[in-house]
Amino acid sequence: MMFRMDESAGRHPLDAIDERQCERLIAAALESGGDYTDLFFEYRNGGDYSLEDGKVKSVGRGVVLGLGVRVLRGDATGYAYTESLQEEAMLQAARTAGQIARSGASPGPMALHGIDLPDFYPVKESVLEHSGAEKVELLRRADRAARAFDPRVVRVEVYLAEGVRDVLVVNSSGVLARDHQPMVRFMVSAVVEADGKRQSGRSGGAARRGMEQFVYPGQSPEEHGREAARLAVAMLDAQEAPAGPMPVVLGPGESGILLHEAVGHGLEADFNRKRTSNYTDQIGQQVASDLCTVVDDGTLPNARGSINVDDEGNPGRRNVLIENGRLSAYMQDRISSRHFKTGPSGNGRRESFHHEPLPRMTNTLMLAGNDDPEDIIRSVKRGVYAKNFSGGQVNISNGDFVFSLTESYLIEDGKLTAPLKGVNLIGNGPEVLRKVAMVGSDFQLSGGTWTCGKDGQSVPVGIGTPTVKISEITVGGTQKS
Amino acid sequence: MSQTNVIRKTPLLPDPAACQRVAEEMVSYALAAGADGAEVLLREGAELEVKVRLGETELVKEAGSRGLGLRVIKNNRVANTHSSDFDATAMKKLAAETVQLAELAEPDEFAALPERSEMARSIPDLGLWDDKVAYLDVQMALQWAQSAEAAARGFDKRITNSDGATFSRVMGASAFVSSAGFSGATRGTYASGVVRPICDDADGKKRNGFWWTGSRLAHQLEEAEAIGKEAARRTVAKIGPRKLATQDCPVIFPPETAKQLVGKLAGLASGGAIWRKSSYFAGREGTQVAAPSIFLVDDPLLPGASGSRAFDGEGLATRPNVIVDAGILKTFLCDTYSGRKLGRPSTGSAGRGVGGGAYVTTSNLILRPGSMSPEQIAALDGAFFVTELMGFGFNAVTGDFSQGAGGFWIEKGEKVFPVSEVTISANFDTLWKRIDAVGNDLDTRTSVHTPTLRVSSMTVAGT
Repeated sequence: MMFRMDESAGRHPLDAIDERQCERLIAAALESGGDYTDLFFEYRNGGDYSLEDGKVKSVGRGVVLGLGVRVLRGDATGYAYTESLQEEAMLQAARTAGQIARSGASPGPMALHGIDLPDFYPVKESVLEHSGAEKVELLRRADRAARAFDPRVVRVEVYLAEGVRDVLVVNSSGVLARDHQPMVRFMVSAVVEADGKRQSGRSGGAARRGMEQFVYPGQSPEEHGREAARLAVAMLDAQEAPAGPMPVVLGPGESGILLHEAVGHGLEADFNRKRTSNYTDQIGQQVASDLCTVVDDGTLPNARGSINVDDEGNPGRRNVLIENGRLSAYMQDRISSRHFKTGPSGNGRRESFHHEPLPRMTNTLMLAGNDDPEDIIRSVKRGVYAKNFSGGQVNISNGDFVFSLTESYLIEDGKLTAPLKGVNLIGNGPEVLRKVAMVGSDFQLSGGTWTCGKDGQSVPVGIGTPTVKISEITVGGTQKS
Repeated sequence: MSQTNVIRKTPLLPDPAACQRVAEEMVSYALAAGADGAEVLLREGAELEVKVRLGETELVKEAGSRGLGLRVIKNNRVANTHSSDFDATAMKKLAAETVQLAELAEPDEFAALPERSEMARSIPDLGLWDDKVAYLDVQMALQWAQSAEAAARGFDKRITNSDGATFSRVMGASAFVSSAGFSGATRGTYASGVVRPICDDADGKKRNGFWWTGSRLAHQLEEAEAIGKEAARRTVAKIGPRKLATQDCPVIFPPETAKQLVGKLAGLASGGAIWRKSSYFAGREGTQVAAPSIFLVDDPLLPGASGSRAFDGEGLATRPNVIVDAGILKTFLCDTYSGRKLGRPSTGSAGRGVGGGAYVTTSNLILRPGSMSPEQIAALDGAFFVTELMGFGFNAVTGDFSQGAGGFWIEKGEKVFPVSEVTISANFDTLWKRIDAVGNDLDTRTSVHTPTLRVSSMTVAGT
């Protein structure tokens, strides 16, 4: 096991793993009688750059390498991991994970076969192969653009993170799958000051791309710099948000956070297998307005949540979860798909080799409808237009969710008027989806830096929606009407 | 040192002295590679986690882990790297590459290690390790989880399902070495258990709740049965919630939600947020930021407490810092960098992770308890008692605060019905000035020790 800053120098650390070794580890993992095991080798190589007060403040780099071993016995999971890829340490991890089973016979010999994977994230120019100076220049460009946008900008921070995650999944069904998962993430935040008032704004983008990320529309350092400054300036005039139930128009793209919280988590199969989700036993039933078609799509080219292979060795897929309001499928991991007797859906994901896989979202989207976005806004007499969000949270069991707006506007007589201060929307997932009254034709994938947390594990995800009108949702402001 | 690679037989007891030796070697390699200054944090730990659901074992996870983080400074330029490879050859290579990486950064006059005179001279034993916790094994952990879940499921027949009971134990050693003149190591343990029962409610909805115990010390862990019953009691109490009408009313925060408010208040006093102008506390030292009944201290030296630390993330001695005294903001918490930015010494408040450099952090936040019992505080006719907060609705720059909330409606001092799906809002500055009652019920389970707090008025948005 070697620490390497430069991937091109010498062999890739995962190349040192051979099939015979995997077979020995699988045998050790199953020697106590487990009925399935998978080996998850992971190599992460990443770096980051931060600029503050016009200066590159710090440069970071890190490499992580390790193996996670999972053994299943019925629905029970044994798990162990090691940061050492020496055979002795790996065998010890395999046997520790195998302790979940304490009796039974070990399986006979098995043959491993590599599986062919699609390539949903071809990368033209890997970020890691570019010089540090080029990346530093990206930070400077964003800094200059934010400051040039408005003289009231008093502070700018820019952050760039680059990385690759190489995974090798080998399981006792004989599957062997290897993937190379790039990610580049860029974030600008700006603070403005005027008349003793201070406001901040952020803009960022992330994708499974290399340096070409920065030439995509909306993803140049200048655009993020200006957008962060624009948002901060716009919020200077923000007024107190209204309080109480009212129509809400969700802008395209970023509003996908509502979908992620309101239905996404509730459709993860583990919660339904355990009957702890409010969508338990609802397959085939109408769970949303018939305007709603929701998909989880791990195959979108270069999207943040896309995966060629999930962390259990199943190819990434596009799964229709809700079709015209009717619930059609849950997102599965291995344990749950066995329970539901469905095939894998390519949703078994994990944060790292320290973690056991769980059913997780990839890119969760609501498909476009037929309404003109302008008409949607025009249809609201008094309500809120939601444009940007900082995050959301849901209680799986009852579907109650909250999501936090960082940019929103009052709608008065069909027109956007005053910008509103940061405010929460709160509602119940199934109820809100039944109140979807109009769906725009303007689907957008968010280019944002979304990360989803579940059971202490974070994974990158994508979101997207068209403009959507919810006939009523509770707005958590302070101005009572 | 390559032998530290080998996973040892359980229990893998972390070895602070061995960690310290490797960290010292790493610092010497960095200096030899040309660094002006170098800091190394090295951690070695072991975790055990078990989960039981509906009486069956669902997860047994056991593993050891380690890593080191290196910060080098050369010509006032900074680079941070991390690695889990403690082989001498790999460490030398890391040192050389980190020094090289620093050339990409720009000189920052404030980026330097602390002065030699500031470094901690001695390392107090804060009693953060308990052998009884370190030697907790899979069987004991499973037994705790099984008993706790069984107690919850047996408590009330309306408990129809369970998200399981989890028991986990971590132990670790941590060494920090700085070329500014510090080398030290400590070790600690922590165990916790949580139970998550579920009951059915109308319209196919389910209500979930939880309760937990946690401590560095085995004798402070509560009995499994007691935790299970309390989790069940809290879960069935949520059946049949209503929304509230949109209104202004008094809001009561018991410790489990008050600690979120206290954590945010301390975050506003972070020196890093102050010089970045990302806190409305900037320029507010010596002014009223809370009601006169509010006293808030950050105390890293509490024996056996979860947030205690004998030295900070830069090797400085730690000490209690009074943040708020009778509602007046007394100080900002600073690490060396933010202290220099603000023209003052560090308050010994640096935190550090393996993955990056120092940052300002709190240790044990203690909001001084008052004299009122929780019952006295709730003796109102018309108040919202908040047991859950959801969402991210807080803007530290402006103080705008809006969160999803659940809990109970109080009339004549009694909880008359559960509440869900509402938000509570106020400007945070106003909220803290409106605290009109501080309880005597200090909760010390986490690193934020707080009693019940009551705010005289907030906006509740519901129907």
